[in-house]
Amino acid sequence: MDNLNLGHHISRRYNEELEDVRSRVLAMGGLVEQQLLDAMEALESQNSSLAQQVIANDLQVNAMEVSIDEECNTILARRQPAASDLRLITAVIKTITDLERIGDEAERIARMANDLIGETGISRLFTQIHHLGQHARELLRGSLDAFAHLDTEKAVATWNEDRKIDREYEALLRELMTYMMQDADSIPYVLKTIFAARAIERIGDRAGNICEYVIYLVKGKDVRHTRLLEEGIDTD
Amino acid sequence: MSMEVKNTQSLTPGVIPRSLGVNDLGAEDHCIKVRNLNLFYGGTQALKEVNLDIARKRVTAFIGPSGCGKSTLLRCFNRMNDLVSSVRIEGRIELDGEEINAKSVQVAQLRQRVGMVFQKPNPFPKSIYENVAYGLRLQGVKSRRALDDIIEKALRGAALWDEVKDRLHDNALGLSGGQQQRLVIARAIAVEPEVLLLDEPASALDPISTLKIEELIDELKDKYTIVIVTHNMQQAARVSDYTAFMYLGKLIEYDATNKIFTNPREKMTEDYVTGRYG
Repeated sequence: MDNLNLGHHISRRYNEELEDVRSRVLAMGGLVEQQLLDAMEALESQNSSLAQQVIANDLQVNAMEVSIDEECNTILARRQPAASDLRLITAVIKTITDLERIGDEAERIARMANDLIGETGISRLFTQIHHLGQHARELLRGSLDAFAHLDTEKAVATWNEDRKIDREYEALLRELMTYMMQDADSIPYVLKTIFAARAIERIGDRAGNICEYVIYLVKGKDVRHTRLLEEGIDTD
Repeated sequence: MSMEVKNTQSLTPGVIPRSLGVNDLGAEDHCIKVRNLNLFYGGTQALKEVNLDIARKRVTAFIGPSGCGKSTLLRCFNRMNDLVSSVRIEGRIELDGEEINAKSVQVAQLRQRVGMVFQKPNPFPKSIYENVAYGLRLQGVKSRRALDDIIEKALRGAALWDEVKDRLHDNALGLSGGQQQRLVIARAIAVEPEVLLLDEPASALDPISTLKIEELIDELKDKYTIVIVTHNMQQAARVSDYTAFMYLGKLIEYDATNKIFTNPREKMTEDYVTGRYG
């Protein structure tokens, strides 16, 4: 974060405010990461109490979003940030929206985990689901690392990884449809598994969004809805 | 960074209002051109190799710390620096292609084309009417009717008419600071200048009067080229289309205001607009 020079404002208080916002985003990221980890664990180990815990903890994620948003609004109103400070605040506001949604997806996975407890048929799907979840976690971790270190190379690499998740998800979907066609009794739990897989896939998309905000924050370039990252164009 | 936005859907003209700063300085019609300008006060160099073009019917803001040369540069545009005895100017300043420091240029005529408003409102100790009429009388306008018409138009243009129409013959010094500043602007625009130079026009005013002046600047740019010097960076961000950042007599960065305040090219500009010490 050194290249943002957060500590060099004439106002020491302003330095502290920006540093505080930044570290709270990382704390929120850490919490969301843990939520995803726990939700996946609850799904795979059929652990009802862990699933309940994830559902309850989502309130904490929501509260963090509201509070960081408020802090950003205060900085906007009182400091009128410009240039990289302004980009930091807009990137933070957008990042925490995506983090909160990732938290919601983790909660959704936990709810599915809860619903799937006692379903013996589900165990044969665990390998694929586990792999997809693992991949989503790496993506989330990558996007948070990119944010923490303002590392655009990492952001681009992580963003490109998301496409692999999309392909994995499609493959899993095809497999799950085959199960449903072969065995109508499997439809209720396979459907729930699809919902969980869909939630995991969405986490990858949202981690990709965070990578885009990191590039905007560091380079001042808005790469959303362009083909710049796909084409691997140098972001320097 | 060699990134080009290929999907330009969101940049379709008309989708993002021009007022939000999607401006291209190169594509503008340039009213004033400054080339290799150096200015010395005695042995001290106040402007160093300044090159810039001012876009016609746009608002250009000069920002920078005290003593950076922004007011000096502004004052070059209507030769106010001529009043300083020790001043020496090198380089070219063209107004519509004409060198303004040429011997053939009459300073009074130049100042009619390039009006100026200062930090402190300076109405004459005369009536509101006579303040606006002053320049017109100098130009030889005598008809009462013509004067009445032009004065009303100028006061309306300066967004002051409704507040003073019933007391045009009261002393101008009885107006509030904000009203006085708008009166001075009315006096400047009564003689139909091309360019309006505003040297910290709102720094002595309260926030509401400041907003009225800023609103006025926005209206005036339909008819005039406006160059404003301001210490208030947020004001520059609000009112201008282009912003020039100056430091120690040098032009450091000059670009669309949006660019300067969201993603400046130079670190010095970044440090200044974000309130960092360099």
